[in-house]
Amino acid sequence: MAQAVPAGQKWWSGGKSPFNVEYGKLMMWYFLMSDAFTFGAFLISYGTIRFSSNSWPDPNKVFRSFPVIGDMEIPLAFVSLMTFILIMSSVTMVLAVGAGHNNDKKGVMKWMFFTILGGLAFLGCQAWEWTHLHGEGAWWGRNPFPNINGSESSTNFTNFFFTITGFHGFHVFSGVIINIIMLIMTWKGVFEQRGHYLMIEKAGLYWHFVDLVWVFVFTCFYLL
Amino acid sequence: MENVHTSTAEGHHEPSFSTKLIWRTFWILLIITVVELVIAILYYETKFLPKHFLNGIFIIGTLAKAFFIIAEFMHLKHEIRNLIMSIAVPAMLFIWFLAAFLWDGNSFKNLRNSYDPYHVEKNTIKAKEKEKEGEHVPEKPEGKKPGVE
Repeated sequence: MAQAVPAGQKWWSGGKSPFNVEYGKLMMWYFLMSDAFTFGAFLISYGTIRFSSNSWPDPNKVFRSFPVIGDMEIPLAFVSLMTFILIMSSVTMVLAVGAGHNNDKKGVMKWMFFTILGGLAFLGCQAWEWTHLHGEGAWWGRNPFPNINGSESSTNFTNFFFTITGFHGFHVFSGVIINIIMLIMTWKGVFEQRGHYLMIEKAGLYWHFVDLVWVFVFTCFYLL
Repeated sequence: MENVHTSTAEGHHEPSFSTKLIWRTFWILLIITVVELVIAILYYETKFLPKHFLNGIFIIGTLAKAFFIIAEFMHLKHEIRNLIMSIAVPAMLFIWFLAAFLWDGNSFKNLRNSYDPYHVEKNTIKAKEKEKEGEHVPEKPEGKKPGVE
């Protein structure tokens, strides 16, 4: 809980935000709530279909390649790199928010730049992975990977994989765009004039949410 | 925005934005992820423990990571109780959401397995080797019943 709040504060007596955050940030939280349910619906329908199937492709067999080195048979190596990139960019985002708290324009710009870089790196990795899987014959409507018990698989696996990682990738993409806009606004001195960097916090919330969703996508598709 | 007074926007800032805490959270997230990966790869190589047990570990790890991202990176832990509750209480719906739908999926599997013998049989037939590049991927196997060839 917030340390800065005096004890016995009456939050609901009017005249102030009962949530102790500004309007925009509260609305960002509510938007993220609804977005969480959208992603939840996707992932839970994936889970439902998987629960209703007798067998399912083995993620360790499907996701075992790494660019340049090729099929080096280390399952999940590439996706762990992607996870690392995204967690790292989340850290730089928090550092940007922290710099914003100190009204440190240079710091905000530096950390926003690294966050954007991380987002682009993640998108690049995802593009490679999609291209590679497409090259192996996987796409919406076709699934070259047999089930883990060797039986013929349905296209459910690839359909869900491309839909959900695609939807997540689209979120990353829009997050990168938002971050670029924030970087330009910082550079132009908009927040400096405003006297606070609260916009960076809202963009940050969105960016962390993207990271949060990836944690679940990672577990559902690559680990379980 | 400006007409709403928030006690954190008035000069003094909560000390919770310490860089140390951020890096601590980063290490926690990284370590959980690495442990999950090591378990996944070990399972792939040796099958040392039943998969269901490991799935439990993965899910606990995921929830732990989600907690740390929301609490520290998204800073929710340091907001006031009103905000925490207005996010956490609706999120409880996920419990019903998960339980109901996964239960439903499982029930669908059981129904099909008990009333559709072909569905069970299909699960025992080995898939044919498929050509690369996805050029000539056979259509869905519904058309050809086993034994007809």
